[in-house]
Amino acid sequence: MSRGRPGRDDSPDRLYTLTGGRSRAGSDAFDLVTLVVSESDPVAGMQSEHAAILRMCRFPTAVVEVAAGLGLPVSITRILLADLHDTGRISARHPRASYRLPDHDILEQVLVGLRNL
Amino acid sequence: MDSVTSEQRQTLHSTADNGLKIVVVGGFGVGKTTLVRSVSEIRPLNTEETMTQAGEGVDDTVGVAAKTATTVAFDFGRITLDAHNVLYLFGAPGQERFWFLWDRLFSGTLGAVVLVDTRRLADSWYAIDRLEHHGTPFVVACNDFGGPAHTPAQIREALDLADEVPLVFCDARSRESSKQVLISLVEHLRTVVAAARPTPHPIPEPTP
Ligand SMILES: Nc1nc2c(ncn2[C@@H]2O[C@H](COP(=O)(O)OP(=O)(O)OP(=O)(O)O)[C@@H](O)[C@H]2O)c(=O)[nH]1
Ligand SMILES: [Mg+2]
Repeated sequence: MSRGRPGRDDSPDRLYTLTGGRSRAGSDAFDLVTLVVSESDPVAGMQSEHAAILRMCRFPTAVVEVAAGLGLPVSITRILLADLHDTGRISARHPRASYRLPDHDILEQVLVGLRNL
Repeated sequence: MDSVTSEQRQTLHSTADNGLKIVVVGGFGVGKTTLVRSVSEIRPLNTEETMTQAGEGVDDTVGVAAKTATTVAFDFGRITLDAHNVLYLFGAPGQERFWFLWDRLFSGTLGAVVLVDTRRLADSWYAIDRLEHHGTPFVVACNDFGGPAHTPAQIREALDLADEVPLVFCDARSRESSKQVLISLVEHLRTVVAAARPTPHPIPEPTP
């Protein structure tokens, strides 16, 4: 690892266990800023990372925030999110703009928001 | 906005549904995290992205073992713009060896701020090259570390900056100054978008 952060257990074995060794199939839909919202509460026996995500996302929470909260790489987080999405436990609000160039109206909204800071 | 000011907000509005991205890129220690912190409503958080690549020059038959994982750490902050839009700011290292992750990390970004220290302008050459190549609109922000003053013309020349790319001066420690950097980027984006839009056809005069 280029930059080991203290307290981070990022051994490949653990990551493998978390995701059942699966690759990224189905998880690419989750952008870094896709907002995730829980649709149900954690249930007993659930994988602890899944339960943590459901608790974290009672209000909309971006994929990067989930990753930072779990202390896991984004790629692993995406897989965990895909699991929950497949079973309807979370919903995903993907970024609206599929831009090459952003939409004029969005830019106006961003400007207003920034000026109000 | 409710009684909670944006600076104190920890959770987003339940109506938030559109995440937007701006990348702050630059050399080591140029003030990326400082700028993100200055405008963010949350303490900047840190996370990482891993990328597995087939190892170079390694025999294919080795399979999985031939893959190498590269990890890049980045930090981010957040600004609630309104009930729907949330802007995420990403601080990303600009060094060449990290940039293969760029597409993956920052696809769909609105634009970029290239943060430079005028004492180390060459540190930003690679980032600027990549952004130009990628067609991502950007502004260059000179962070004031108290080095010798350079004129904008000198900096533009040293960076070989196109005339239309805005060059601004900032102090990343100042919220107001950092906010102005972001505003200059979004105003630039507006210009870029307006220029790219096809001019509407004039409604033809009815022929008698
Ligand atoms: N004088 C001065 N110091 C600054 C300014 N902005 C940041 N600094 C200081 O420069 C140092 C590095 O700032 P960071 O924000 O950590 O820089 P960074 O680009 O995130 O650094 P890395 O992530 O390590 O590459 C810190 O000690 C800041 O307090 C500035 O505008 N003026
Ligand atoms: Mg930093």
